[in-house]
Amino acid sequence: MTALIELDDLTIGWGDFVLMKDVNLTIEAGEIFVILGGSGCGKSSLLRHIIGLEAPMGGQIRVRGYDGDTHKRPAFGVMFQSGALFGSMTLVENVSLPLSKWTDLSPEEIDTIARARLRLVNLDGYEHFLPSEISGGMKKRAGIARALAIESSMLFLDEPSAGLDPVSAVELDELILTLNAKLGVTIVLVTHELQSIFKIAHRCIMLDKGHGVIAEGDPRELRDHSKDERVSNFFNRRTALGGAS
Amino acid sequence: MQIAVAGSADFDQAESFGSALKQAAQGAGSRALIDLSQAELLDGSAVALIYGLRKRLTGDDVAVEIIGARSDVAAIMALYDDSAAQPSLREGQAQETTFTQVGRATSDFIGGIKDILEFVGEVTSSSLYALRHPRSVHWADMGKLMERTGADALPIVALISFLIGLVMAFQAAGTLAQYGANVYIADMVGLSMTRIMGPLMMAILVAGRSGAGFSAELGTMKVSEEIDALRVLGLDPIRFLVIPRILALVLMVPLLTFMADLVGVIGGGIIGVSFLDLSPTAFVNRLHIAVDLYDIGTGLVLSLAYGVAIGMIACERGLATRGGAEGVGRYTTSAVVTILFHLVIISAVLTIIFQFWGI
Repeated sequence: MTALIELDDLTIGWGDFVLMKDVNLTIEAGEIFVILGGSGCGKSSLLRHIIGLEAPMGGQIRVRGYDGDTHKRPAFGVMFQSGALFGSMTLVENVSLPLSKWTDLSPEEIDTIARARLRLVNLDGYEHFLPSEISGGMKKRAGIARALAIESSMLFLDEPSAGLDPVSAVELDELILTLNAKLGVTIVLVTHELQSIFKIAHRCIMLDKGHGVIAEGDPRELRDHSKDERVSNFFNRRTALGGAS
Repeated sequence: MQIAVAGSADFDQAESFGSALKQAAQGAGSRALIDLSQAELLDGSAVALIYGLRKRLTGDDVAVEIIGARSDVAAIMALYDDSAAQPSLREGQAQETTFTQVGRATSDFIGGIKDILEFVGEVTSSSLYALRHPRSVHWADMGKLMERTGADALPIVALISFLIGLVMAFQAAGTLAQYGANVYIADMVGLSMTRIMGPLMMAILVAGRSGAGFSAELGTMKVSEEIDALRVLGLDPIRFLVIPRILALVLMVPLLTFMADLVGVIGGGIIGVSFLDLSPTAFVNRLHIAVDLYDIGTGLVLSLAYGVAIGMIACERGLATRGGAEGVGRYTTSAVVTILFHLVIISAVLTIIFQFWGI
């Protein structure tokens, strides 16, 4: 296995406030890695630091193929919580954007590839819809299509199933599994949905408010064997609420 | 001291219940017993008030004990028990004095100017990169932006500048007629429209229309993570969003100003012809003598500077937006106010420079 992402003694915070410190982590190629934890524990903040949107207070983040140079083609794709599609552009224009920026393909070729990406996420037929005209789940799938537009081998997903109905959430999980299994995409996702975690995660870390990383490993192992009360409470309470089994 | 709570207390009686508790606790010695044995039904607000009293008394070094609660009352007491509550992570906002408010507003204002200057530096550096790599700018939006800032503004620009010229001339007509200086209406309208009124009125109009629009648009993109999405796609928001908007304004504001000059002068001319017995030819001839290319040029230079300022400030405020929908409104307001302030400054500075150079 090859390490794609390495965090060394990472400290995150703002001003005098330290959200988490001394985070050490390695994410291997081909993994579906989940960052999980309750609301407000810093999951999305950790993700924003890994993808370079925020600068850490201390420590190092190494992402293979990415050295922070914004003039180079991005080494990974990101789907934000709301999809973050550009509202004035149709879906096919959204997906075409990174292709036209980073390749010398002709407009016809770009259009063909963008349509193929939309087909991959089951959005064929919606190419000329605006983001305001489609559902939340479709926006997220279009966000994934855009993130994959330039053949990213690494995908970061922020709360992919948040706000989705159960059917759309299951469809999205299946899409994530397909991307990982068939295209070999390494996926790092932030979530607190146990239903998704047990179905798709190879490995996870659990964050706790004020304590940073409190557990790392296979989510099923953590659920069944963790001695840490916070970890077992997290899994058991959510499972009791119908999270997963 | 013993405080006995009897009967029922719910949200509707919270006010009287709170006052009664306060009264009963007056003069508590070193120990207080809160007896709930007679309490039949307490809701969350009543329980919170009881715990609030316990906290206050404990703070005054009174040992407080709550006793005798029936099982159903004890259950709700346990639900609201604040003894293990986490301390507040942040102090509540204290009421600011007027001096503090003035100080903070001044500091925010200076901070805002510093942010704008930093942004100007960032835009300059990105523009230099764009000069070497023209493809890095999102030109596809230019046409649409120019249409929005220029062509779409034409009707309102024409109406306002026509009325300004008309009203200005109408106000002066009586005085000029008294001195037999009817023909000088062309000087007055021509010079004031081309040198200051045209550029300034257009800049104010564009600030309210396009400046607020750009700021709100970029602000909404910021709070909905679209700016972050641009960054992770490797697209620089300055080259993708800011430079096309500034360029659209730089090209359109002088054109709108020129049109405003023209229509304003026509408005003044109508008053000259209809109220001051001037022939259209006499008005145009006098205008030709009074207004030269320098006058029109200085106005256009002013409008160019206004265009840059409106674009810079609107985009800076938009990209600085934080805090959801409320933040978009706040930063858009801030954009318009900051633009108006800078328009006056630019106007003053350039007028002095033109005066100094004898233009």
